[in-house]
Amino acid sequence: MLINKRLILAHFWLAFVVFGVALVLGAWQMFVRSPLNAWHFNPELYYRSVTAHGSAMGYVFPTLIAMGFGYAITESALEKPLVGTRWAWAGFALVAVGAVVAMIPVSMGLASVLYTFYPPMIANPFYYIGVVMVVVGSWIWVALMSINLTIWKRENPERPVPLAMFANVAGSYLWGWTAVGAALEIIFLILPVALGLKSTIDAGLARVFFSWTLHAIVYFWLIPTYIAYYTIFPRAIGGRLYSDAMARITFILFVVVAMPIGMHHLFADPQVGAGFKFMHSVFTGLVALPTLLTVFTICASAEIASRLRGGSGAFGWVRALPWQNPIMLATALSLVMLGFGGAGGLINMSYQLDTSIHNTQWITGHFHLIFGGAIVIMYFAIAYDLWPHLTGRALENFGLMRAQLWLWFIGMIVTTFPWHYVGILGMPRRMAFYDYANPAISPQAFSVAISAVGGLILLISGALFFVVLIRGQMAQRSEAGAYRFSVPVHLPARIPVALNSFGLWLALMVGLTVVNYGYPIAQLLVLKEASVPAVYVGASR
Amino acid sequence: MTTESDPQLGEAVAARIERRWATLSIVIVGVLVGMAIFIGIDHATMPQGHVETADPKTLHLAGEFIESNLGSALEADGSVTVRAIGQQYSFTPQCIVVPSETPVTLRATSADVVHGLLIEGTNINTMLVPGYVSELPVQFKAPGEHMMPCQEFCGVGHQGMWGKVKVVDKTTFLGMVASRRRLSCVD
Repeated sequence: MLINKRLILAHFWLAFVVFGVALVLGAWQMFVRSPLNAWHFNPELYYRSVTAHGSAMGYVFPTLIAMGFGYAITESALEKPLVGTRWAWAGFALVAVGAVVAMIPVSMGLASVLYTFYPPMIANPFYYIGVVMVVVGSWIWVALMSINLTIWKRENPERPVPLAMFANVAGSYLWGWTAVGAALEIIFLILPVALGLKSTIDAGLARVFFSWTLHAIVYFWLIPTYIAYYTIFPRAIGGRLYSDAMARITFILFVVVAMPIGMHHLFADPQVGAGFKFMHSVFTGLVALPTLLTVFTICASAEIASRLRGGSGAFGWVRALPWQNPIMLATALSLVMLGFGGAGGLINMSYQLDTSIHNTQWITGHFHLIFGGAIVIMYFAIAYDLWPHLTGRALENFGLMRAQLWLWFIGMIVTTFPWHYVGILGMPRRMAFYDYANPAISPQAFSVAISAVGGLILLISGALFFVVLIRGQMAQRSEAGAYRFSVPVHLPARIPVALNSFGLWLALMVGLTVVNYGYPIAQLLVLKEASVPAVYVGASR
Repeated sequence: MTTESDPQLGEAVAARIERRWATLSIVIVGVLVGMAIFIGIDHATMPQGHVETADPKTLHLAGEFIESNLGSALEADGSVTVRAIGQQYSFTPQCIVVPSETPVTLRATSADVVHGLLIEGTNINTMLVPGYVSELPVQFKAPGEHMMPCQEFCGVGHQGMWGKVKVVDKTTFLGMVASRRRLSCVD
């Protein structure tokens, strides 16, 4: 039962508007840096745009999706109205205002530091304050998820927590803790310098704090997608979820091992020793586990649905799947992109292979394939699935939805495959333009041009997505019924406490973070001589 | 299978298949991690192991990164040490010269913000973080020229920060280094 429909719709609409703006910026960046752009432009505009694109896509868009979807799950899975609606609106307002506060200095060229901050470059303080407001707004959501679960458990001591809510709360705890790294970096290291209270900063320590957030944030983006795999997909295609217990184990694994792995982003950094780099590399291997388990469970759930529809044969059942259903299509395309992206990720996290692709276009290709591809295509699917329940109007044009999803998939492949390739050739990332006349760089020109075409395809797909949603808002009223989640094939008679609560897992999450981050951070904290002068961005020289 | 309709048996079968897959997944991850451990220990290929500092405020005044000490130096044991710095928006030396088939130690740092360097066509890739020294053991197989871009966003001029590495054969290098203490391409 969805009560606070306006609250949920507000989150989704703001998320998608932010996404739309950032998508246009992204496509523009693809074009100007490619050989298709024949005229000169101010490179500073490019870095402004990258900062806006990254901050919007990384901090605002997925956070709002997780929040809105989280409220929808709370009400429909727990079958009761959300507790703390006013706080939820306050959180929404903080995110919205924070996004504007951050974007004003960015658009003025006073904060071109990219969403990864890069101290000792220091931007206008309002950029960081805006980002902190977004994070604090999302922490209100984290608290609300925890409170709503606790109240429900008290009222229903005998019943297992519904899987969708269990996963949702897992995602919120993951985010609550992983955001602490960047928050510490901003509040204790960057803001004092941005406000002029200090003039030096330890860039190495700042990078370590940021790495605490930088990797697990990806799993925060991923959780709504995995929730959709487990609790929407099997129901939408008329099947059952293969295993409820394995789903819970997957989300628990994310909570426990997503955090103590961030230093695989620092393999090439001089401020961390080899021992901790190695520890983080091993833990990054572990985080492949929940994804391997998920791929099995979701494919098996698809097979169940297919056989219920009369599908047969070892592989023949694939044909009997309801391919005309947008949720089916989105999930299949998402899993393909997850497969390619995951394979690339295994290379990035590897202690030795990383050096051949570190900070090249390969990395840009990798995370666009995972986040922009596998994750965002399921955000579309969640919106398509949820919209009729939120607006009370049916989404009927399945053909248009399928075209949109196919274009997104094709656009993502056309964009990211050439990126991976030029990355192997050694093309560095985050550059406004390249000298394609240089014989050492000219072999990369064709690939860059192709990936710019991919950007255009993505832009068209994004436009189609808005057409579908806006037409949905104007369609005939129709009652969509209660919003439901998948049911497992075998309803577990009883769920072990460990798979129904978070105490142990949160202790492990914090404990492992302290083990894997405590010493490197302490070591750098006592290292006073590594503080270096700040370089203010956009300041007149 | 006549017992397929028995729900309890079905559940047991489902759980068994699932356990097998979970075991296989753990084996896959174990093999990958094991490979990394083996290569790390056996071939001693691993990222930079120790932490060393260098103050960017005084780089130009004293210590190993003063301008007259930058470039390639021949060591007593026949290996070569290359010292370089990155600053907005260039490297010093802008073109590094090294011998082929010789152990080279690359020592570099930043004079202002975070930079990075990668040498195209090789797997040489490191960050330059101000305040810290990056050290990398490298070796070039054959003579040739490589582009060496800054691979980390360092400000509005980042796209212009490209250096070069010129690999010459060993005897040429020894001839060049005989007359000079520190070498770069322009010497």
